[in-house]
Formats: sequence, structure tokens, C-alpha cells
Amino acid sequence: MTIAQKLSRRGFLAGATAATGGLSIGFHIPTAEAAVGDTPEINAWVVVKPDNTIVVRVARVEMGQGTLTGLSQLVAEELDADWSKITTEYPTPGQNVARKRIWGDFQTAGSRGIRGSEDYVRKGGAAARMMLMQAAANQWKVPVSELTTSKSVITHKASGRTLRYGQVAAAAAKLEAPKDVKIKDPKDWTIAGKPLPRLDTKAKLDGSQIYSIDFKMPGMLNAAIKETPVPGGKVKSIDAAKAEKMRGVKKVLVIDGNAVVVVADTWYRAKTALDAVNIVWNEGANATVSTASIKAMLSEGLDAKQAFVGNKKGDVDTAFAGAAKKVEAVYRYPYQSHMTMEPMNATAQWTPEKCMVWTSTQNAEAALATAVPASGLPIEKCDVIRMNLGGGFGRRSSSHDYVRHAVLVAKEMPGTPVKVIWSREQDVTHGTYHPTTMCKLTGALDDKGNVIGLHMRISGQSILAGLRPEALVEGRDPGTFQGLNAQGPEGQFGYEIPNLLVDHAMRNPPFRPGFWRGVNNNQNAIYLECFIDEMAHAAGQDPLEFRRKMMKNYPKHLAVLNTVAEKSGWGKPTAPGVFRGISQHMGYGSYVAAVAEVSVSDKGALKIHRIVAATDPGHVVNPQQVAAQIEGSFAYGLSALLYGEMTVKNGRMEQENFDTYEVMKMADMPPVESYPVPSGGFWGGVGEPTIFVAAPAVLNAIFAATGKRLRDVPLKNLDLRKA
Amino acid sequence: MARLNINGKIHTIDVEPDTPLLWAIREQIGLTGTKYGCGVAACGACTVNVDGVPTRSCSLPVSSFTEKQKIVTIEGLSKTVTHPIQQAWLELDVPQCGYCQSGQIMAAAALIAKHPEPTDAQINEEMTNICRCGTYNRIRAGVKLAAKNAKAGNKTNKAQRA
Repeated sequence: MTIAQKLSRRGFLAGATAATGGLSIGFHIPTAEAAVGDTPEINAWVVVKPDNTIVVRVARVEMGQGTLTGLSQLVAEELDADWSKITTEYPTPGQNVARKRIWGDFQTAGSRGIRGSEDYVRKGGAAARMMLMQAAANQWKVPVSELTTSKSVITHKASGRTLRYGQVAAAAAKLEAPKDVKIKDPKDWTIAGKPLPRLDTKAKLDGSQIYSIDFKMPGMLNAAIKETPVPGGKVKSIDAAKAEKMRGVKKVLVIDGNAVVVVADTWYRAKTALDAVNIVWNEGANATVSTASIKAMLSEGLDAKQAFVGNKKGDVDTAFAGAAKKVEAVYRYPYQSHMTMEPMNATAQWTPEKCMVWTSTQNAEAALATAVPASGLPIEKCDVIRMNLGGGFGRRSSSHDYVRHAVLVAKEMPGTPVKVIWSREQDVTHGTYHPTTMCKLTGALDDKGNVIGLHMRISGQSILAGLRPEALVEGRDPGTFQGLNAQGPEGQFGYEIPNLLVDHAMRNPPFRPGFWRGVNNNQNAIYLECFIDEMAHAAGQDPLEFRRKMMKNYPKHLAVLNTVAEKSGWGKPTAPGVFRGISQHMGYGSYVAAVAEVSVSDKGALKIHRIVAATDPGHVVNPQQVAAQIEGSFAYGLSALLYGEMTVKNGRMEQENFDTYEVMKMADMPPVESYPVPSGGFWGGVGEPTIFVAAPAVLNAIFAATGKRLRDVPLKNLDLRKA
Repeated sequence: MARLNINGKIHTIDVEPDTPLLWAIREQIGLTGTKYGCGVAACGACTVNVDGVPTRSCSLPVSSFTEKQKIVTIEGLSKTVTHPIQQAWLELDVPQCGYCQSGQIMAAAALIAKHPEPTDAQINEEMTNICRCGTYNRIRAGVKLAAKNAKAGNKTNKAQRA
């Protein structure tokens, strides 16, 4: 997409007018200049231009995960389109509101980009094809059943006549949408299911791709911001005398009572002046919170009486009483920062008539919902233009605080567009962090080494309690149990254990949690899969065979496990000093498994030699992009395992940048062999799922190598030398 | 005032001497392909090549440059995405979100200029830019493919000249 925020000016104005009862909106929308123009749409998803170019409207957002290309493949498949003529554009949330949410949900999270919209985008493509064919049939006065389509050309075989889609698009747009729309069987796909190159690569190679942070408007100012370092803190006083005199500075202000902003001609001048503002904070009640105090809070929950039940079967106490052997362990998972490469930022322009926002977001509707109250204007006077994202990983869906900042600042300078960019330090210390939890696991084995009971007591932070308390179910956060639920298409516990209890003592430290690629599956998979390994060891059994015994009723879980076992050569000799670990999990509708091969030197240095990963997402729309997501999942998941940890001191996050919050680099990255094994019949996600098995596979391999169970990650803090 | 040679053109810019090169490039000259990622030379998103050496522009003030130093940004690497690194990146679909890729490409271009047949160890040593999407393995493959293609291209050029 060029500046993909091309919006149909006509459509926008028509929609906005309808929504406001005839109000004329004279607001200048710079990115609307390159609009689709007067080409009518066939339907909400498809516009065909006279030159045969096809514009696929994309409601979800591209943030690197390939959804733009994948969704276009699905639409083009049903449309029988010429793939070389496919382009894309994003509708705005304002248009969606005005058109009664014709594009459905904009949220791009939970690995739902494809699986959450495949049905209606495919039908959108198929319906458009039917309308184009009907238009041709009307023109030729032949039955539509005599027509065929291929590569954007309609053919009437009997007469040898052909028409390009572009030639009948205007007529097709006037037809009524068909009611009965059939979509293809995936086995007949020729565009979807193929490893096509991405549509959006070229602009990323020459600097021409415009991200939110690169957006420019005439007369635009730039702003830097410092928000209270302690959650809940307030600005007590500021001395901006020096800053106000600095070159380029236009305004110093306090917003929401808890953040200081400097607006200047350039961002670097704004940031430099902000550093010269003397700010006194009223730190409030959280100024004494530390990693140790949070750990104590969570530890207490491990044995607390009250806990929300996630999965219960049989009676674990009876199992423990009759156990031949009991195994017990406590694990902990720390706070993680998203560290998107592009720091949070947004541009806003406010007048009493209109508030526009240009930003990178995973959910433009949520961005709009944030902009509206900040603007003080009704929703039909606000809109959000989506810019390209320099990474999302859940940060740009968890909170649109950065949008609120931009709108509040722009409102202070009516008519002037202002871009607010968070410095990296502001970004890292004001995240929506991967929640921190602990887990106490107790397992019961019978005299044959069979698992007869398992209790997983999770203690720690709830994401919903922090972000959307209204979504809690009688105080309970169902998301806490991701991958551990008894059943459901999202994720299912994959072992048959006669007595099982998974429960959660909710303990919420004051730091804002968020959805972080993989979300609660990350730590839940470590807890369960490493502890299964511990029980296998206690039973004196091979970790793979130990799992297989409990997985007879979970054939899809078992199939991916068997794939990685076979592909890795499980049970066969490894190179000297190299050891294997295995893990499986289900989440976001997909089944995943991995084997890691590692060695640990005498000095405790870890080397990950090889990852073998399998995923069954039901259907694969673009195999080469699925492979890219699997590799990327390992980079993200292993970064957290090796280095990731946000620590707290005096109520503040201690890490501020990539120099203190390290992440994986080239030298750390293992080769990843990925095996997509789609079994059909369901749609699972691919952006996240394989991240679940990254850490547990490596941890289990480290145990095989060293005899050490490492239950308090990240590994940078730990001694990996042989036990 | 600073005078900078960027992509073969001398720019005179009225900016405080302690302004980092990155922000001069982005905000004064207006080239936004070079990215801000950390401001402390830790992530490499701001990499430009200065006389062929990959340089983290976020942490060097404009006052430390003279107009004799040739600064190349992603926009100046080639006219039409024809540099062997860009071609290999295109062929292997390396980028995901793409935000770090300007810096990765500049670092990779400098790497194959220095080591026409880079080993894995050299790639690990020289390619220290962060990618959060996790494109490292495709970057590695891209560097090797570009090096191979550049070598073949050089041979062809020599043969044509001969």
C-alpha cells in the first residue's frame, strides 16, 4: 500500500453527512488527495478501477505479520482476480461507524487477523465476482451460468467473447448484492494457500514506507512528553522558565495532571527543552513498590484460600493422598516490555469542528474511542487515519494512551497539527507490560509413574482487571487460564489427567498490564510443559513417551508433537554435548509443538543449536509468511527467556532502553525449521501460537543438558553450569 | 550551521551543533527512511553509512561531521532498489514490519562491501541491529544471497568489460 490511508473522500463525506444529519464537513484531509476517486465500490471489500486495478479493503492492520497479503489472497482467490493487479487500502473507523460497522471488527490481536475475518472477506470477494459476472451477462444478454472467470477476465466460451473486470465494474456496482454466496473449498485454491511474495515489501527497502512517526503535515509541530514515573503519580509543580526560552519551543503544558509536554518546531528541540524543565512529582502511594514487594504479594497468593477456578476435574486432594510420589515446584514469570521498534506516537489536529488523528494502531476503532472523549467532540466529528506500524505485539492494542496525549495537546493549539512522540525511555517505562505471575504446581504419580493428579495454582496479575475491569466475569479473568481450559476452540489443555485443578489467586500490582504477543499462554506453557517434564523425570520416563500416554484423546495436539519428534530425530543420538527438550501447547485456535537442541558450556554459556517447530492452524493462507511468523515467534519468545525482565524500584520501572532491557540479536538466533501441518476443518492463528513452546522447549533442553530446573526466568540472571 | 554531504548532495542546515545526525537527517533534511529506535546507539535503526562505515546516527552530533565525509542513507543506497542487498531482501521477503530494515540494509551493505564472502561469524559480528519481528534468519540468508549475486554480477561485469 502506498500511503494506505487513502480513503474514499466521497464515501467519507457521504458517510459522515449521513451520521450527522446533513452536517457539511469542510475539514481538509491531506491523505485523502490520492483517493480512490469516483470509482464505485463493488461492495465494502472490493473496488475495481477501470484500468483493472483491484483495491482490496483491509479492516485488520498490517504490522509485519503479513495479514495484508493474506487477506488479499483470500479476497483475490474468491474474486478470481489477477494477483498482479491487487492493491489495498484501509477504511477508517469513522467510515466503519458511519456505515454501521460494515467492515466488522478492526482489532488486530489474538492472532485473529485472518481467522477472525476469513469467512466474510472470502464471501465479499465471491459476491463481488458474482456481481461482475452478472453485469457481463446483462451486457451480453446471456445466462450467467455460461460465463467463467479467471485472472480478472470474464469469458463467454460459446461466443468467444471476453470482458475485463474493469470494463463491467461500474455496471456491477449498481447491482444488488447476491444473497446466496458460495465460497471455494480450500483444496481448489490457486492464489490463497500459495507462498506468494508480500504486497508491501518494496517500500520497506528504500525508506519510502511512511510509518506514523514519519508522518508530516504542513505547519505541523512536534511534542515530547514525560509522564509520571510512578503509576498514579501527579505533577506537583514545574519550572519551565529555561525551556520556554529555548530555540523552537512553542508551548510547555501539563496534561491529565500527570504528564509534562513541550511543543516545538522539531521533536529533538522539544525533547531537549523537556529535559530542561524542572519537574517535581507527587509520587503518591505506589512509590515504595519494588520487585521484591511484588514477589511477596504473588507468593502469598500461591497458598491463599480464595482462588478463581479455571479447570477442575475429579478431586486433587484425594489423588495427592493416594499418590506413590508427589512432585512440587514454584515458577515465576517477570514483567516484559513490548519494545516495538517504533516508539509510541500519534499526530492530531483539532478544531471545534473536527478532530483527526494519524497513528499506528492495532485497533483503529479503539483509537477512535480514545480520541473522542479526549477531543470533547462527538464521534462523527472525529476520525483516525491508520499509518504503518513499526511493530505492535499487543502494545498498540492494549492502550491508546499515546492517542489521548496527541489529542489533548492538539486541543490546546486549535488548528495546528501536533505530533507527539514518546522517547524510547518514556516508551519503556510507560508500557502495558506482560503481566507477572507465579505458579505453584503439585503433581501426584501412581506407582507406575502415571499422573493421577495435578494442581496448578497461579498467582498474579490479571490483564482484564488492569485494562478492562468491566470484562471480568464475577471478578474472574478467563484469560488467565489461556491454554489450560478444559475445552474450547481457542485453546485446550492437552492431557488426560483424572484429577485436575487449575486456579488463580488474582494479585494486581499497580503497573498496567497488557497483551504481549502470546499473552498468558507464554507463562502458562512454561509452567505446564516444564512441570510435565519434571514429572516425567520423577517417573523415570522419556518426556515424549510420558506426554504421549496422556494425549490419546487429543489427536491434534499429539499430531504436532509427533511431527517435531520425528523431524528432530527424537530418541536418536545428537552431536556430543547437545541435548533436546520438547514442548506442546494449544492457543489462539492452533496446535503447536517444538523441539529445541541446546548445549551448555562448562562456564554456563547456552547455545541453542536448532529449533524444530510445527503448527497446525487448520488452514495456511501463505506458507512462507507462516514460516516467517514461526521464526519471529521464536525470536520474540526466546528474547524474553534469555533477557526479558522489567524490574521495579521505588515505584518505577528500572529499565529504560535497549541497553538495559536486552533482546535477542543475530548472534543469538538459532536456525528454525518450521513445519506448518494444516489439517483442515478449522481456522487457527499463526502470529502468536508458536511463541508458547519456545521457552519451555529450551528450558527442558537445558535440564537435559545440566540437570537444572530453571524456574525463575530470564536466564541472564541464572547460573546455567551443570548441577 | 552544519554542512553535511548526504547522498551526494551538500546540505547547509541551521541547527544546534549538538543535534544528533539522525534528527538532522529526519527533521532538517526531511529524509525519514532513517529511523529513531533508541537514541543511545543500542538498536541500529538509525544506521547510515559514513564513508562506507555503518554508523549509528542517533548518538553522533552534526558537529562531528564535515562535508568531506560521505553520508549515505537508505534513500541514497540505490536509485531504484537495485543494490544487491535490496534485491536479496526483495527476493526473500525479509522485512516484516520493516521499521528496522533501513538500518539492517545499510549495515548489510557495508558488511558485503567489507567481506564479499561473509562467514556466519562475520555476519554475527557485524549485524548487531535489533529486529523485534525476528527476521534474523532471513537477514542472514539475504546477506549470503546478496554476496553471491554481487560476486556473480562482478564477474559478469568483468567479462563484459573484457
